[in-house]
Amino acid sequence: MKAFTYERPGSAAEAAAAAVRTPGAKFIAGGTNLLDLMKLQIETPTHLVDVNNIGLDRIEPTDQGGLRIGALVRNTDLAADPRIRRDYGVLSRAIVSGASGQLRNKATTAGNLLQRTRCPYFYDTDMPCNKRAPGSGCAAIGGLNANHAILGASEACIATHPSDMAVAMRALDANVETVAPSGASRSIPIADLHRLPGKTPHVETMLEPGELIAAVTLPKPRGGVQLYRKVRERASYAFATVSVALIAKIEEGRVTVDRLAFGGLAHKPWRVEQAERAVAGSDAAADSIADIVLAGARPAEQNAYKLPLVRRTLSATLEHAREGASR
Amino acid sequence: MIGAGINRIDGPLKVTGRAAYSYERQDAGQPFYGFIRGAAIGKGKIAGIDTAEAEAAPGVRLVLTHRNVPKQGAFVNKPTIFDRPHPQLTSDRIEYFGEPVAFVVADTFERARAAAALVKVTYAREDGAFDLANHADRAEPQATLSIGLPGETRFGDLEAAMSAGPVTIDQTYTTPYHFSQPMEPHACLADWRDDHLTVYLATQTVAQNRIALAETLGLAADQVTVDAAFVGGGFGSKLYLHAEAVLAALAARELAHPVKVALTRRQVFTLTGHRPEMIHRVRLAATSDGQLTGLGHDVNLQAAVAEPWIEQAATVARSLYAAPNRLTRHSITNLDLKAAEAVRGPGELPGLLAFETAMDELANALDVDPVELRLKNDTAIDPELGVPLNGRRLADCLREGAKRFGWGQRPKTPGSRREGDHLVGYGMAVGIRMHFQGATGAVVRIDPDGRVIVRSDTPDIGTGTYTIAGQIAAEALGIGVNRVTVQLAHSDFPPSAGAGGSWGASNLSIAIDLACQKIRNKIVEAAGPGAAPNDILADVGRWFPEGVEATGQTIGQADDPNFKNYSQNTYGAAFAEVAVDIATGEVRLRRMTGVFAAGRIINAKTARSQLMGGMIWGVSSALHEAAHVDPRHGNWVNGDLAEYLMPVHADIPAIETVLLDDYDEHANHLGIKGVGELGVCGTGAAVSNAVFNATGIRVRDFPITLSKLLSGLPPMRTAA
Ligand SMILES: Cc1cc2nc3c(=O)[nH]c(=O)nc-3n(C[C@H](O)[C@H](O)[C@H](O)COP(=O)(O)OP(=O)(O)OC[C@H]3O[C@@H](n4cnc5c(N)ncnc54)[C@H](O)[C@@H]3O)c2cc1C
Ligand code: SF4
Repeated sequence: MKAFTYERPGSAAEAAAAAVRTPGAKFIAGGTNLLDLMKLQIETPTHLVDVNNIGLDRIEPTDQGGLRIGALVRNTDLAADPRIRRDYGVLSRAIVSGASGQLRNKATTAGNLLQRTRCPYFYDTDMPCNKRAPGSGCAAIGGLNANHAILGASEACIATHPSDMAVAMRALDANVETVAPSGASRSIPIADLHRLPGKTPHVETMLEPGELIAAVTLPKPRGGVQLYRKVRERASYAFATVSVALIAKIEEGRVTVDRLAFGGLAHKPWRVEQAERAVAGSDAAADSIADIVLAGARPAEQNAYKLPLVRRTLSATLEHAREGASR
Repeated sequence: MIGAGINRIDGPLKVTGRAAYSYERQDAGQPFYGFIRGAAIGKGKIAGIDTAEAEAAPGVRLVLTHRNVPKQGAFVNKPTIFDRPHPQLTSDRIEYFGEPVAFVVADTFERARAAAALVKVTYAREDGAFDLANHADRAEPQATLSIGLPGETRFGDLEAAMSAGPVTIDQTYTTPYHFSQPMEPHACLADWRDDHLTVYLATQTVAQNRIALAETLGLAADQVTVDAAFVGGGFGSKLYLHAEAVLAALAARELAHPVKVALTRRQVFTLTGHRPEMIHRVRLAATSDGQLTGLGHDVNLQAAVAEPWIEQAATVARSLYAAPNRLTRHSITNLDLKAAEAVRGPGELPGLLAFETAMDELANALDVDPVELRLKNDTAIDPELGVPLNGRRLADCLREGAKRFGWGQRPKTPGSRREGDHLVGYGMAVGIRMHFQGATGAVVRIDPDGRVIVRSDTPDIGTGTYTIAGQIAAEALGIGVNRVTVQLAHSDFPPSAGAGGSWGASNLSIAIDLACQKIRNKIVEAAGPGAAPNDILADVGRWFPEGVEATGQTIGQADDPNFKNYSQNTYGAAFAEVAVDIATGEVRLRRMTGVFAAGRIINAKTARSQLMGGMIWGVSSALHEAAHVDPRHGNWVNGDLAEYLMPVHADIPAIETVLLDDYDEHANHLGIKGVGELGVCGTGAAVSNAVFNATGIRVRDFPITLSKLLSGLPPMRTAA
């Protein structure tokens, strides 16, 4: 770990300003991702701006009938909040499917959205990796890539975004509220927050230097059956191979898809609105959705199994929605 | 007292944080901290190394590289293995990825680590051979295995049996690289003063590592003290002397100041040994009613030229089933990877995973109950050694396990039982584990005030050795365990064969019991007819004002007729139920029963923990565990515990562990054998066979991950 300086400002505006004052500064929230990366010298901030003292740790109703989740709300608290459990079940389910109880107690809303990929070559500083060392190459291509992206990847990087929470937020049309060092705030649709790797996989979001995530807002509840199905190689404490966030309406045994997003497939939570529209109102069949979602899929050497897995997991999740409603 | 499931006598120390592990020892005062920098290539040479920046970094006291490392003793490939010297930074050659290229010592850990990253190394990279499958043609047959057994055994004519059939199995299985990954990473605190080196070392073998370290540093053995009072797991990986100990000791001597080093988790992957990857070919021939007429097991395993470890994986069938025609062989394929080492259940874990899966294939081909197939081929005489199999209770394990598990309810047709979203299957397999005996000493002392002290250099690596040592002494002396103080794992104490190979408990128990018998005899001699044998402590106070002491010695198996007249093993049978998600192929264990016969059990609680932990390793070997090498680079790709998967709590439901009431009079006079590895033996195959029973899909490339099942699962309704 490289030596760094540290400060703990008392407000969001101060934190954002502090982050641009020192070149190479980074925010630290729960630290569950950043500290690991610092120990391995994958992240080498010169200065840490600790945001744990800036408030923003509450979940409040919005005027639009939704909820505003402070950036510092812990994953555990968010998943357990009665309003989230009642009205945004997919979010609660996604969060508890991730990491472990101890990690979720520390992990924050903003930190979770901005956690970095779990590509093993990204973690090995002796390996080429365009995300860690731009221009050095991508060791995952032609290497161990069983859990890499099949959608939206590039010649430069085939990593996935590991967050479960973000997949549910994508399905829920969340917005990310930020504060810039200038004090200006803006609202970013979650669809736009994360970028595809393209030629610059090291640039992962559209946030500007020093821009602080203050909150995530959820629109008013959509109702319906809300499921999160995470496929993984062990029962807990593993990242998704494929995950499906589904919001569906059930009428007379028919499942109509309202919102659908996938994890484990791409550099960002993956949602194809076109597929939702194509099956709107009809009793959903996995194939007609998957055909559209997977149309541009380009698997790497070891992850073509994700193609049938997406189809089958989606089919099972739709069936669960159907059964859940009939129970 | 023997058999009682008493709590660990060191438990309170551990749960209150007062049991100091090597890295936490305060004995030497404030130490410096060392950090190892590993090579970024798998094969080649260091072309240039620049330490100037690291040396100038804050707090740095020393930077060692191959250019300034002190002279060390050369590596010697001794058959005794764990006492081999292991010099570090010896040249500019790189033989495996992560091999130490520099060692940085500073006044804090963070400074040492940061400075280590400042060492500039350039390499002349050479092409290496890093994957077994693509170099399998290089396999070299081996006459002798690392533990001294023959590499090949041959009886009758297996080829003829295979062509005669009528029912045969000829299949190839692959078992991957595994790591021990004990909770406590490998660590050493080295203290050099007055021409004497003391190391607080995380080790499983005190006497052997002492020699190894002394020879590496060019010291006499009595110039080195090893103290391993508490060790946080080993599973084989702490039998050997590794880089952290050598570098800490070298630096402590250079600086005349204590130095401590702990490997990072990633370095536990690169700098300690792995279980080699293996390609197994298993052949079975049987009559149509399931009598084996032939069995064959060929294993090709990864090795490294520098230090060959020829694991005994094809030996598992040698004592397991009768069959007139038999062939077991081992080959090694040298790759440019670190030398492999013993990992819990060496030989048995991968060997039985393959062999007992093949037996299930045979049962399926014959359409006989897999339990019946094993019973039918059971034997009382070792089919290869021709001597009785003492304590052979395989059939008892099978029957008891089948009854408890409800084996009768098993789905007879693979892929036939569906419960909701899951395919459900039952599987079983048997386990066998060679029982060894190694020379071990213990000294027992009774002070005049009645305090009893037991000492041996056998470490307690977390298994409960302190506790069972106390129980053995208490039983032998007829006193309460609370009267006994156990002191272990110090090189001033009588040397032992170490904690490994499932022999620590029996080796040590025999020695303690013999010492106690000697003390009893001394008392009887001194007291004559006035002796009060029921109150031995009072006798000591009366007849031995200075206290009394005796040493007990367990002899090595080469000198023990029991090991010539009998084939010594422990046995088990495991039964597993799995559920396979019909959509995704995710396999989850539902329940498992293991029944074991391992001689007399000293402590029911610690023995159960060993076996249960072993069974979980078995599950892991079937479903989760594999370290992956990138064949382009030679590095461990998934070198951390987030990506090197093993079961977590949610993967492990209730596991039933049953120990048959046993006493093996031909093992030793106490009837004791060992349990440390038996739980990993065959339990993986029980799970693998359950997956087949659930799905009808046979995966022969372990572990059984979901992508290997997906294409064979029943179609789903995906269209409208
Ligand atoms: C072993 C392990 C298993 C895991 N498994 C899963 C899993 O299955 N699913 C899953 O989804 N996650 C998983 N995680 C990841 C975990 O969810 C994240 O580590 C956690 O959510 C990060 O939150 P944090 O608050 O600790 O972030 P930090 O580590 O503090 O920060 C992460 C990043 O966010 C930035 N940041 C933090 N707060 C702000 C802010 N307010 N504004 C702008 N930038 C900010 C930091 O600068 C940093 O770059 C796992 C983690 C581990 C270690
Ligand atoms: S996939 Fe992306 S993160 Fe992984 S090695 Fe390639 S560039 Fe790096």
